[in-house]
Amino acid sequence: MIVLTGLTKRYGSFTAVDNLHLTIRKGEIFGLLGPNGAGKSTTILMMLGLTDPTAGTVEVCGINSTSHPIDVKRKVGYLPEDVGFYDDRTGMENLIYIARLNGLSAREAEEKASALLRRVGLAADAGKKTGKYSRGMRQRLGLAEVLIKNPEIIILDEPTSGIDPSGVREFMELILRLSREDGITVLFSSHHLHQVQQICDRVGLFVKGRLIAEGDIDGLSQQLFAGEYLTVKARIAGKNERLQDTLGNIEGVVSVRLQDGVYHVSCSQDVTANIADAIVRSGAGLLHLQKEEYGLDDIYNRYFEGGKA
Amino acid sequence: MKTSSLHPFRVIVAKEISDHVRSWRFIIMVGIIALTCFGSLYTALSNFGSAVKPNDPEGSFFFLKLFTASDGTLPSFLVFISFLGPLLGISLGFDAINTEHNRGTLSRILAQPIHRDYLINAKFVAALSVISMLFFALGFLVIGLGLIIIGIPPTAGEFLRIVFFLLASICYVAFWLNLSILFSVQFRQAATSALASIAVWLFFTIFYNMIVNLIAKAMMPPETAQVQYIIGYQKFILNLLRIAPSQLLNDAATTLLMPSVRSLGPLTMEQVHGAIPSPLSLGQSLLIVWPQLTGLIAATVVCFGLSYASFMRKEIRSR
Repeated sequence: MIVLTGLTKRYGSFTAVDNLHLTIRKGEIFGLLGPNGAGKSTTILMMLGLTDPTAGTVEVCGINSTSHPIDVKRKVGYLPEDVGFYDDRTGMENLIYIARLNGLSAREAEEKASALLRRVGLAADAGKKTGKYSRGMRQRLGLAEVLIKNPEIIILDEPTSGIDPSGVREFMELILRLSREDGITVLFSSHHLHQVQQICDRVGLFVKGRLIAEGDIDGLSQQLFAGEYLTVKARIAGKNERLQDTLGNIEGVVSVRLQDGVYHVSCSQDVTANIADAIVRSGAGLLHLQKEEYGLDDIYNRYFEGGKA
Repeated sequence: MKTSSLHPFRVIVAKEISDHVRSWRFIIMVGIIALTCFGSLYTALSNFGSAVKPNDPEGSFFFLKLFTASDGTLPSFLVFISFLGPLLGISLGFDAINTEHNRGTLSRILAQPIHRDYLINAKFVAALSVISMLFFALGFLVIGLGLIIIGIPPTAGEFLRIVFFLLASICYVAFWLNLSILFSVQFRQAATSALASIAVWLFFTIFYNMIVNLIAKAMMPPETAQVQYIIGYQKFILNLLRIAPSQLLNDAATTLLMPSVRSLGPLTMEQVHGAIPSPLSLGQSLLIVWPQLTGLIAATVVCFGLSYASFMRKEIRSR
């Protein structure tokens, strides 16, 4: 549904998006995961044709976004980060306005707007001015607005920022349900790992304008930690000069590092038993042995916090 | 409600117009303008007898005096329009784009299947149609009240002159509207753009004349100077004054509303010699003010063009 080829955007000497290749398939929920300022929003704006790429092409539903933005915007619903409404109008009026911008007649717009308000759970607040809406309600109204044009794709830019945890859960469930019921492709950008993990079929990791990895969550950790499947931490009593070499010679061990009296052994497969055996046989007293598998948390730490440094 | 689907452009225009009409600042501006207009109409009518003199070349055009006559206590309709019109234009345009941006609605609207220029064009068209409706309503109300009170209907010529005068005032307000739209694209804060527009307005209404006076004094030719030199000097000063849009409107309005005005520059005795002190026809009056009207429209178009270009290039980000 969305094909990005060699997409690049530069602002002066700053490269916001760097040679991005990405394909998003129909009906999937794709999570664009990255820290603030990684270029997620810029990429999304280019998909909608609101910003012109410096190089590369964007195709959405087979249409080039840069040269035919109107056709793309007809099929794509976009919920911007921190969405705003006309505060002196009611939720219903805001929704009808957008519907009519999409070419619906007044009556169709009204019917559709009230149906959608019911669907996102805002039917009771339809007549309230949006200035009085809470943050979570605004996001749900935003989702209703995105859906009013019967989109094939919806793009949500940081939809969960600033909502409380229960609101986030409701919102995510709503997205998931909509996507499954209507077969809508969803592109979802976030810097919250756990939210992405909850609902996304596939994830793209975005740091400093580059897509460093993409795939489903299991595939992602394999891709990122190729050859370093897990780390075993061993604390030993006393010193043993040859232990580091001994451990390094065990099959499946990639690297051994001594830090504050703790051996950090990176392995490509689970060889914890062999390591324990080796330590005991070397005569050193094994005080503590801990196995650490890499999860998305580590992906997050390794790439995002590393990316900021 | 209509059931047919409107063109998106008209949907935006309709929404913008209803925003304007509902907004407090518009209601207040309309209140002020309507009050002052009727005040000036009252003063014009109360000493109408003294304004119409026998053997006046404009005697047959006394209906037009409703717009220009004043007994000195309250300025005339014309002066009020040239003073309050800019405020109206500025109040309708100063937050056109930046408020949309700050509220986060800009990216949302532009994500809909519409061209980007629809938004700025619609803002302009909406404000302009609100202004036009207001001015024509006011002008026609003044005509109607005058008709009831004086009891003599205006001639077709007078009516057309009033219509052209209203059109010229709309152009004038449109200039200020576009200036404030330009500032609203340029400045992120609505307050900044409002202050900038008002600063330009104050400059032209108060300080510009002072500056021109200073220049005029400095360049004053000696009384013994040759006639051509003095005429050239006066023309130069007049042209300096005409840089201010309000001067353009004044020139245009006086010529249109006072048919006996035959030139806006100095006239020599030779030029006047042989001229019959009779009013000009509408066509001739229009010819005289054509440069002024063109100038007003050009200034409007330049401002709109600049705001259009900078809006089209603007990076659309959420907030």
